[in-house]
Amino acid sequence: MKKRRITVFDIVLLILMIGIIIVTLYPFLNILAISLNDATDTARGGLHIYPRQFTWANYQEIFGGRNNLWSAFGMSVLRTVVGTVTGIIASTMLAYTLSRRDFIFNVPISIILVITMFVSGGLIPEYMLIRELGLMNNFLVYILPLLLSAFNVIVIRSFMDGIPIALTESAKMDGANDFTIFWKIIIPLSLPVVATISLFLAVQQWNSWFDTYLYARGNANLSTLQFELMKILDNTNIQSGDVTSANAEIIAGQTNPQSIQMAITIIATVPILLVYPFLQRYFVTGLTLGAVKT
Amino acid sequence: MSKNLSPVTPQSNMPVAPTINQAGKKGKQPKRSPGEKNGWQRLKNQKALLLMSLPFVIWLIVFRYLPVFGWTMAFQDYQPQNSFFEQSWVGLKHFRDLFNEPTFYRALENTIGMGILGLVFGTLAAITFALLLNEMRFTKFKKLTQTVSYLPHFVSWVIVANIVTTMLSISGPVNNLLTSIGLVDSPINFMARPGMFWGVVTAAEVWKSTGWNAIIYFAAMAGTDPQLYEAAKVDGASRWRQMWHITLPSIRPVIIVLLILNIGNLINIGFEKQMLLGNNIVSERALVIDLYALNYGIGMFRYSFGTAIGIFKSVISVILIVIANSVAKKVGEGRVF
Repeated sequence: MKKRRITVFDIVLLILMIGIIIVTLYPFLNILAISLNDATDTARGGLHIYPRQFTWANYQEIFGGRNNLWSAFGMSVLRTVVGTVTGIIASTMLAYTLSRRDFIFNVPISIILVITMFVSGGLIPEYMLIRELGLMNNFLVYILPLLLSAFNVIVIRSFMDGIPIALTESAKMDGANDFTIFWKIIIPLSLPVVATISLFLAVQQWNSWFDTYLYARGNANLSTLQFELMKILDNTNIQSGDVTSANAEIIAGQTNPQSIQMAITIIATVPILLVYPFLQRYFVTGLTLGAVKT
Repeated sequence: MSKNLSPVTPQSNMPVAPTINQAGKKGKQPKRSPGEKNGWQRLKNQKALLLMSLPFVIWLIVFRYLPVFGWTMAFQDYQPQNSFFEQSWVGLKHFRDLFNEPTFYRALENTIGMGILGLVFGTLAAITFALLLNEMRFTKFKKLTQTVSYLPHFVSWVIVANIVTTMLSISGPVNNLLTSIGLVDSPINFMARPGMFWGVVTAAEVWKSTGWNAIIYFAAMAGTDPQLYEAAKVDGASRWRQMWHITLPSIRPVIIVLLILNIGNLINIGFEKQMLLGNNIVSERALVIDLYALNYGIGMFRYSFGTAIGIFKSVISVILIVIANSVAKKVGEGRVF
């Protein structure tokens, strides 16, 4: 077979793709540069992807100064860890019972689960429910409403369907009960899908801000990194929108808010970047699994 | 592709444990295997399974079904301090109020407008990107491009909104670029122009999700029969013609299915982008139905009114998906349902 020639077409394509990479990455690098640059120097403008006057001051400001973000950072980490662990335990347990064809309630529970993919009560009824349950300004509001998603359960179940039933059968012969089978056989064999769904859950938890806004605004201890960032964004929006606002001058009088804002943005992004290689590896599995079964 | 999407139902061909098979058959006299005789015994044996699923069934009912029951609020003058039986029923009053409210039509217009823009440009961008990626020869670079392109999907809208406002600010990179190449004389304040808001939201959306949305098209393209390309090459078809006449037609079913699904979601564009990117100046263009429900329903404690908005949205969504589905059926393409 003759070797394919590199044509003009390929070169144009290559340039286009480089363009796409730049458009995707430049904003992140620009923000990183601003966050690591001296605030007054940044105001001069013209900063690109590397800082002109390198400084850690903006980060020190966040974690040491007035805007103490340790608590928000800790809350973000806490909700991510607790939410992911509880979420994955709940999803795998339910998925396992549904993967057992002999389970007497298999069909009714499957139906109850699948319906939730198509019907939802909407914003206001959910808000009322959270209120009625007394979850307002309670840490559990980060965990309970996000415990299960029908889609995740179905993805996990379809993976478990692929595990040879003989393994379960022989364990049963040896006298193992269903919970032991789940914990000792099914979970270790389902690790790829468990990893995928855990990563999705973790990203979802880490990125959430609206539940804080709606349900936990009244408790400063429950504020998260994303929510703090959202508040700053809201402030700057007001500034850029309303030039005559006296508020704007007061805020501008403090340290350059843009640098702080960018530093927080970076801190909220870095964990995603850290798990990104794993996300990369697993999410295609998750996606294709989902595509096949739904 | 459509074949891959509809697998055999697992129930039909799953090997079932022999003991269970016997217990399940009612008419036949089962062999006496202790403990598997009747449903009650079976239930007892499946205690563990029951314990492992029951809490989550309760969870589903509380967190997923109770809110649906909350739709009744839309037909009452709901007072939170009263019990369900003490509420006064008002029929369709809140829906009438809704349809008499000019703000509602503005919210509807904004929702549909941004929904259509997002759908058109989002789909076009994803298909184009997948096509280009599919044509790439340099394998390593191809992988790199794909990896980078997913990245924005995984960061939150809060971060994307931060990025967008920074990039589009008066002294930001976009304005610098535009002025330096002489496209505009003075910097544009993108975030403070109501007329530009839909465009800003659409651009942000395209930036965030093109790479991710392209995955499914890209995967579909990988399934194209290589012989088709060989034959086209023999006939002297250029790369462009191959893309147009082979690659695109081969992913047509996928495009149609995704279009139907997305049209059904046209009105469910959410509120995150609009809430985070919007400000007072552009609010008339940023108000979408969900924000409207949020402002009135929770902000002004008009719970019944807010619920009515939610119901209206669900009804429109169902209508849209039925229409899209039947149109696809008429033109002889694969349907979703």
